[in-house]
Amino acid sequence: MTTIDTSQPPTQPARKVADFKPSLLLGEHSLCPGCGEPVALRVLLEVLQELDIVQRTIGVVGHGCYGSFVRIMDIDVLQCLHGRAPACATGIKRVRPDCAVFTMQGDGDMANEGLQEVLHAAARGEKITCVMLNNGVFGDTGGQQTATTVLGQRTKTSLEGRNAETHGYPIPVAELVAGLRGAAYVARTAVSTAAGVAQTKRTLRRAFEVQLSGAGFGLVEILTMCPTGWFVPTAEGPDYLTGSLEQAYPLGELVSP
Amino acid sequence: MTLRLLEGSAAIAESAIVAGCRFFAGYPMSPFTGLLENMSHQLPAAGGVFLNAESEIEGVNMALGAAAAGARAATGSCGQGIALMQETIAEAALNQTPIVVFNMARNQQDYFQCTRGGGWGDYRTITLAPKDIPEAVEHTQLLFHLADKHRAPTILYGDPLIAQTRVGVDMRPLDFGPLPPKDWALDGTGGGTGRSRQVWTWAMGKATDPGPGPDRHWRAVGEKFDAIAAVEARHEQSGVDDAETVVVAFGSAAKFVEYVVAELRADGHRVGWFRPVTLWPFPGAALERATTQAKNVLVFELNAGQMLDDVRMHAADRGAVRFIGGVSIAESGLAYGDLLDAPVIRQRILDEIEERTA
Repeated sequence: MTTIDTSQPPTQPARKVADFKPSLLLGEHSLCPGCGEPVALRVLLEVLQELDIVQRTIGVVGHGCYGSFVRIMDIDVLQCLHGRAPACATGIKRVRPDCAVFTMQGDGDMANEGLQEVLHAAARGEKITCVMLNNGVFGDTGGQQTATTVLGQRTKTSLEGRNAETHGYPIPVAELVAGLRGAAYVARTAVSTAAGVAQTKRTLRRAFEVQLSGAGFGLVEILTMCPTGWFVPTAEGPDYLTGSLEQAYPLGELVSP
Repeated sequence: MTLRLLEGSAAIAESAIVAGCRFFAGYPMSPFTGLLENMSHQLPAAGGVFLNAESEIEGVNMALGAAAAGARAATGSCGQGIALMQETIAEAALNQTPIVVFNMARNQQDYFQCTRGGGWGDYRTITLAPKDIPEAVEHTQLLFHLADKHRAPTILYGDPLIAQTRVGVDMRPLDFGPLPPKDWALDGTGGGTGRSRQVWTWAMGKATDPGPGPDRHWRAVGEKFDAIAAVEARHEQSGVDDAETVVVAFGSAAKFVEYVVAELRADGHRVGWFRPVTLWPFPGAALERATTQAKNVLVFELNAGQMLDDVRMHAADRGAVRFIGGVSIAESGLAYGDLLDAPVIRQRILDEIEERTA
């Protein structure tokens, strides 16, 4: 058992949680309490620092709540049109092959408006890492149904819950991408638990390592909480994620070199 | 000067590479297809990147990405393919990414979508309309220069005659003067410095270094296009000083008009011609001067009357403006129809002259 000697002043000043934030974070996020996206951003930035690729990384950010991250991430960023990030990232990577290039998109951005982009980029084996923050809802516009909204989930445009007959089935993006030969790394994680956050960080690190190795296209689908868009109390976000999204979208590595 | 016999599509591709184009992505649509094929052959050999895009939307966004990373990048299409690109062309105007779009159009029905655009926001697209292949070769290099100079998308408005015919071409690099450094381009080195770069339509900057934000940024972009309009308008004219009739036409049609007007002048008619070289900015002040004493201002274009709007806005006497063009497309849909014919144009001009003097 460790005892704390209180007779002497501490050898190091007391550290607050804020002291641990990656230096690439330039400020506070402005998203809702309980949102999973800032956690994903944080581990992503930590990975860039740990891999020592900060000064050769270019991000391509789509349109969603996470779009506001452009203001607080201290890396070179192209903020692009809704859904087009994998195409823009393709152009960047092809003319700057020594850079690490990633996209940050939501499920609306990637699975609705930009499904064509991500599938073709994967099929081409573009050496980029696409990150999809999947909360099964259009968060930025207040909780409408996306392509990944799970069956039974209530949204503002499926008030009685998504049903297959009326609204069709959800699209499992990671599984679709995993079926393409150009995909070198495909994984799905969740940031709903501490272990999940740690796993997400390890997964992102692996994804960037695969990109830098030149093996091919990478996708990391991260399930994130959106209590506001799910219309559940903030504290219930993680449990809701486990009971809904995670049931439809199993976690794990789907493709790895 | 050494002339080489080249098809227009091959000449434009080569000129783009001479201008430093190192990225091209596109999707086939005739008569643009020839340029796409030539780029796929020529660009990799020049150390550039060619990509077969999954659609026009991705083609233009790939070009935007490459240009945002500092490369000279281009895409192209025609007609409805250009229509698909409009959202991104507008975005490139607003986030100030210099891409070049080759609109090797089927005919002249793309005037509105080149000069007005179909995208969102207060923007314009610099559009050059060459009358023939040698001018298209020059314009290709000029468009890359203007795009970089103004950090704005630019459009070449070609057509089947320019894309698919052959002439002797003098291919050499053209010097349009110095350009500002691309210190805004994304290369990744800004990371972790506190001054990382953004290419962002909303221009909100970093939390530690706020940008102008959309209100001020979009006003500044609007003012930039006003400034471009004041300096980049180009035109050609002939015989307008003593002309009672001025015929206005652009692109290949203007070359036919030039020929017909020369014939009519030889026959003693007081006719001149005026050709906007830039469709945007439209050379309105020059057109006003050129039509000061004209009784007839005739607009010949192969559409239902699109440039007609600009001519009406700028002619010295808008009551003198008459439309003598029309939609004219071959059965194939890929070439001009019967209207693009010197005797037809001649007769239409003569009919208007006689009607006014009768």
